[in-house]
Amino acid sequence: MIKRLFIALVMIMIAVIFIQLAANYRENTALSPLGTYYADQGPAEVGAANLVTAVVVTYRGLDTLGEVTVLFISAAGVGLLLRRTRRSQGDDDLEKGDRAEETAGVHKPASEIVETATQLLLPMVILFGIYVFLNGHLSPGGGFQGGAIIASGTMFLLLALPESHVSRLLIAIIESLSGFSYVVIGVLGVIMAGGFLDNRIMGLGTFGDLFSAGAIPLIYVFVGLKVGFELSAVLDRFRKEDTGPL
Amino acid sequence: MSFLAGLQISQIVLCSGLGLVLIGLWGMLTQRHIIRMIIGFSLLDTGIHMVMVSIGYVTGGTAPIINDAVPMAEAASRIVDPVPSALVLTSIVIGLGVTAVMLSFAVRIYRTRRTLMIDECTESKG
Repeated sequence: MIKRLFIALVMIMIAVIFIQLAANYRENTALSPLGTYYADQGPAEVGAANLVTAVVVTYRGLDTLGEVTVLFISAAGVGLLLRRTRRSQGDDDLEKGDRAEETAGVHKPASEIVETATQLLLPMVILFGIYVFLNGHLSPGGGFQGGAIIASGTMFLLLALPESHVSRLLIAIIESLSGFSYVVIGVLGVIMAGGFLDNRIMGLGTFGDLFSAGAIPLIYVFVGLKVGFELSAVLDRFRKEDTGPL
Repeated sequence: MSFLAGLQISQIVLCSGLGLVLIGLWGMLTQRHIIRMIIGFSLLDTGIHMVMVSIGYVTGGTAPIINDAVPMAEAASRIVDPVPSALVLTSIVIGLGVTAVMLSFAVRIYRTRRTLMIDECTESKG
């Protein structure tokens, strides 16, 4: 009872703060000085039509590297937590219980319609993901969004054809290589241009072209691949049956 | 919708965002089911994103993408602030990572305890 009262009190106090915030809120009528700088100088300095991409990949590129690292650590944590251990007897018993449950609720194989539709739609989903991260510097989208779309393709595959096998070794190789290449591009920026993750290691090209904005499309391809395969690995880990090591 | 007529669009987003934060916090504090607590966290996370986006809004602004609709010369006067949008992008990804780790903890707890009620996990209680 006292706990309930305490929770109610906390909620009321936070609500009072929020009401004050909302009541005193005034919509901006002009950009902040930083936003104005990015809007005026961004296209000339970075060459990306999408200013959010310019901020994410170039001006605050180090933050994005940290973000990719956080996602990597969380994917590794999920992998560690959902690993099957066969050390203790208690675990083995639970394992048996798990298996019994699985066979009790065994799913019927997907119908032919579902299988055909999966084969038809899956390439399109993946192609759309690639389109989104290749056009990240021109249109809304980018590496993280494209990667999430690719992972949704994996989700689709795992839902429609639960027996399908996702190679963990392939996922690990592609993910590590793209993460490594991302850092290499960042270091190349220090050597060949103005600083870490500077995109001017390649020509800026014509503003608004697909191959423009220096290294941004390249960085987003690596980020997209890394995020896509990392999230696919996370989804695969959440499946009930655990297939093989690694 | 006459009662919304006096409100600006960013005010509506801000108020719904703050409301979601409150709902999420309430859910995390009162619910005893682990999945419900995680849903509460997700609501709180989404609410914070909405608040951040609404703070970056500029009256009459459009997406910060320079093309035929928004020529380079007029960019600074016609776009919304790109910085909060970029920060929200980062924040969404981190929120996803945190949610994934929380869900895998839930799976682990269910494997060992066969329950998802937090009251059953008492050994770390003081």
